[in-house]
Amino acid sequence: MRDRDALTDTALPGPAGAAGADSAPPRPLAGAVLRRLRSLVGLVVTLAATLVGLLAVTFLIGRVVPIDPVLAILGERASAEQYAAAREALGLDRPLIEQFAIYVRDAATGNFGTSLLTANPVIDDVRRVFPATLELATIATILGVLLGVPAGVLAATRPGSITDQIVRVVGLMGYSMPVFWLGMMGLLLFYGMLGWVGGPGRLDAVHEMMYEFEVPARTGMILIDTALAGEWEIFRNALSHIVMPAGVLAYYSMAYISRMTRSFMIEQLGQEYVTTARVKGMPEWRVVWVHALGNVMVPLITVIALSYANLLEGSVLTETVFAWPGLGLYITNALLSADMAAVMGSTIVVGAAFILLNLASDLLYRLIDPRARA
Amino acid sequence: MIPAAARAWLLSEEPASPLQARLGVAYLGWLRFLRNPLAVAGLIIVLALVAVAALAPWIAPHDPLAQDLANRLRPPLSPGHLLGTDEFGRDILSRLIHGARVTLQIVALVALTAPLFGLLVGTVSGYFGGWTDTVLMRLTDIFLAFPRLILALAFVAALGPGVENAILAIALTAWPPYARVARAETLTVRSADYIAAIRLAGAGHGRIVLRHVAPMCVSSVIIRVTLDMAGVILTAAGLGFLGLGAQPPLPEWGLMVSSGRKFLFDNWWIATMPGLAIFIVSLGFNLLGDGLRDVLDPRGAGR
Repeated sequence: MRDRDALTDTALPGPAGAAGADSAPPRPLAGAVLRRLRSLVGLVVTLAATLVGLLAVTFLIGRVVPIDPVLAILGERASAEQYAAAREALGLDRPLIEQFAIYVRDAATGNFGTSLLTANPVIDDVRRVFPATLELATIATILGVLLGVPAGVLAATRPGSITDQIVRVVGLMGYSMPVFWLGMMGLLLFYGMLGWVGGPGRLDAVHEMMYEFEVPARTGMILIDTALAGEWEIFRNALSHIVMPAGVLAYYSMAYISRMTRSFMIEQLGQEYVTTARVKGMPEWRVVWVHALGNVMVPLITVIALSYANLLEGSVLTETVFAWPGLGLYITNALLSADMAAVMGSTIVVGAAFILLNLASDLLYRLIDPRARA
Repeated sequence: MIPAAARAWLLSEEPASPLQARLGVAYLGWLRFLRNPLAVAGLIIVLALVAVAALAPWIAPHDPLAQDLANRLRPPLSPGHLLGTDEFGRDILSRLIHGARVTLQIVALVALTAPLFGLLVGTVSGYFGGWTDTVLMRLTDIFLAFPRLILALAFVAALGPGVENAILAIALTAWPPYARVARAETLTVRSADYIAAIRLAGAGHGRIVLRHVAPMCVSSVIIRVTLDMAGVILTAAGLGFLGLGAQPPLPEWGLMVSSGRKFLFDNWWIATMPGLAIFIVSLGFNLLGDGLRDVLDPRGAGR
């Protein structure tokens, strides 16, 4: 989440280079359709290649583990025959490339093996814990956008001013603060000392029981489920618990979004159409907040999608601090008990979510920006 | 202060030797750097980290590992313990001072390995182009597709916890951005006349890449390294916090925050102090990196 040039680094390589190179087509319309189709095909191929690559990396990591998977199941005192039988059952006697093919096939059907810790299929575990992380990351992103975009715009309208300096320093502090530490300090101050927010976990114990028995779990996101069921007391309790971890994550999101918004806005405000609008006598607020910001929205969507994806990562540490039963905490617990199937399964899920978010922002970008559509 | 004669020599309009010209440019960059108070503050923080790490055994008031159960959980400003003591009665200030060594070791090793590897991949990729480029860049993209901390976690899970493995895992996840940067720079110089001249003079590919292309990418990579070091410190601390990096009783800052978690509400200083140290050092690297970017890469200034 501290990848400040992430816009250029992490964004999936669009096939724009291949598609945009040949200009002046003989039949404009057909050419445009063909080009668009080709860029779409390129996108899908890139996506598939990246996903397979992702699996190759986790597969190879799984191969170098010093833990022998056969011994992990059978224990130290297995006989040679038992060992060989188990090895065959696990498919470990086959050539590496064949093992990888089976691995890809299993992953494509959502089969990541069984967790040692919970004895459930990893995919079921992930499905159970994911809504908690999604709820947290979504609220954090909303907060980050609501704070980060205006801060970036204000900083860009007066570069070098006090406002600009404050936004810059607050952002730099966000890039430098360990998220787990900020979370603990937040707990210490707002929960331990002031008692303004709920403590660790998603609900208090009493409300946890009420939620468990009275609210139908439609989405797994407590705020949405309780709102749908009209259980406002549980809703309020859940809100008091999510404020702190979401606020902590939102700080990082805000630091990134405000920085990028500022640089995009400065670029736009130097354009000639801005001067034209000012000369025509358009009110300054309209020039800044409607015209310039409207054009900034396009690249900003990529930034927001990236910060959303980065929150999935930040959630590993944040969820550990706040005992938030999401994917991050699941990964941590799996790591601490050497539950490799669970670790690799959730790593793949997070990696795939990361790639898909990148793709979504790429597609949205093409949809909104008329120049990218041509 | 630099004497006036030396200053005049450095700023000479007609340098007599390449060395003088180069030093003159460096001096101008240094002057630009000094005009940015935040960057100077960053430099001071980083230099302080190095000094503290180097002098740790002499400036630490206590042995960082010595337990003193009679004096456990002393608050800050207690006599003899400026920042208080932890649950084993160990002096927190001494542990922070020795922890600077661990942090610096991680930063230095990652800063030496990952950029070199990335530089090699990026220059080779950009210089040869074609299939080499496609394969290497696809590989880079795959590594970039993972969130960094999660990939480092997966590596550490496979390799086993420990400082060395944490360093290896961080380096394995840190190289792709350098490859991207180096490739972009290589593409701009690849077809330059001077490269063609060197090739005509009979230089082989290896020599061209290592001696004539790679040096052109160094300044971009250095900026990137400085900016990245803050992230490396935070990732290392995060691994330590999760119990996957440095192992007790090593005074690693992330680990210290984690051990203070149990005592957060009653003995706040145990977790607060090491976290503050991580924050200050990584802020220092961020400020320095920002300042260096403004000096070495005027195009990116103000971004």
